[in-house]
Amino acid sequence: MSKIRVKMADLDVGEKSDILITSGLGSCVGVALYDSRSQIGGLAHVMLPKVPGNRKNSNPAKYADTAIELLLDEMKKAGARIRRLKAKIAGGAQMFSFDNSDSSMKIGARNVKAVKEILRAKNIRLLGSDVGKDYGRTMEFHVEDGKTLIKTVKGEDQVL
Amino acid sequence: MEDESRTDLTELSDLQLDALKEIANIGAGNAATAFSQMLDQRIDMSVPKVDIKPLNEIPEILGGPESLVVGILVEVMGDIPGKILFALDEKSANRMTSLLLDKRLNNVDKQDEKIKKSTLKELGNILTNSYLNALSRMTNLSPLPSVPGLALDMAGAILEVAFLQVGYIGDYALVVETEFWDGEDRISGNFFFIPTPESLNKILSKLGVGQI
Repeated sequence: MSKIRVKMADLDVGEKSDILITSGLGSCVGVALYDSRSQIGGLAHVMLPKVPGNRKNSNPAKYADTAIELLLDEMKKAGARIRRLKAKIAGGAQMFSFDNSDSSMKIGARNVKAVKEILRAKNIRLLGSDVGKDYGRTMEFHVEDGKTLIKTVKGEDQVL
Repeated sequence: MEDESRTDLTELSDLQLDALKEIANIGAGNAATAFSQMLDQRIDMSVPKVDIKPLNEIPEILGGPESLVVGILVEVMGDIPGKILFALDEKSANRMTSLLLDKRLNNVDKQDEKIKKSTLKELGNILTNSYLNALSRMTNLSPLPSVPGLALDMAGAILEVAFLQVGYIGDYALVVETEFWDGEDRISGNFFFIPTPESLNKILSKLGVGQI
């Protein structure tokens, strides 16, 4: 068993008994994908909904659209079947509330929406999600069975 | 916000970084004075650090993504939009509210929790305003700070919100950080000034060191 840490604006792929971990998700969204048959899993820590028009050569792992695309490629290379993939997501919180809150503060909700739309378009079933609210989350994704532990500083761990 | 400008932070010249360090120094000096007066005790500050960091290293600034911090976040509008974050560990936050309220809030009931939060927000207000006043005098630009928001949570989650929506260009963030502490080192906090790319260019241009 090995623990693989996925940093912000990054992604990684693991197999069998690997545990993929991403910490301190605030407005960002963690996207876990797994294929239970081949026991290949992938996790991305995305920051923004989509690549802005004027920056095609930016880090793809940063944006929901390009990150999921890249994760699917890497998982395919590792032997996963896209048709069998299931997803679990967490994060997308609104950490601070302001009286005059403008749309930029609702980035968490927009990230969640973007991720869900992309998963739907790819026909990937969303089996569990813990999103929104106003606190940070850490995601521990066990590739073997897809079990995903959500840890917060506010309450008890949750299993997706 | 998502319209990241084409400009590249790594192109900031030494002269521009020094100019930013200088205004941070004066702004933070102002804030330290206000902070000292508020607590009625001496508050020291470090020479501000001005760094260009890769995004994925941002959570390390406050001891890693999972370390528990109190974050007081102010949204700045007006001429130079951006954000200001004051972050401190829980112990420092408790110590500070005790000093300010002149009592130990050991048996924290709901009422005390509320008072602690508003005390911390007020502190954020005072630091932010002193910092921005100095900045405004030097640049002749008018920032308009919001009421502060407060969160006790994972450093990664708090820093994400503060930095990743405004304070970066491309895959790098500009980190303008000053540390404050009292003589006994029982209170310490980190103050971050996070301008948007457009604000950064306005400030640089008013300081007469060009744009990026």
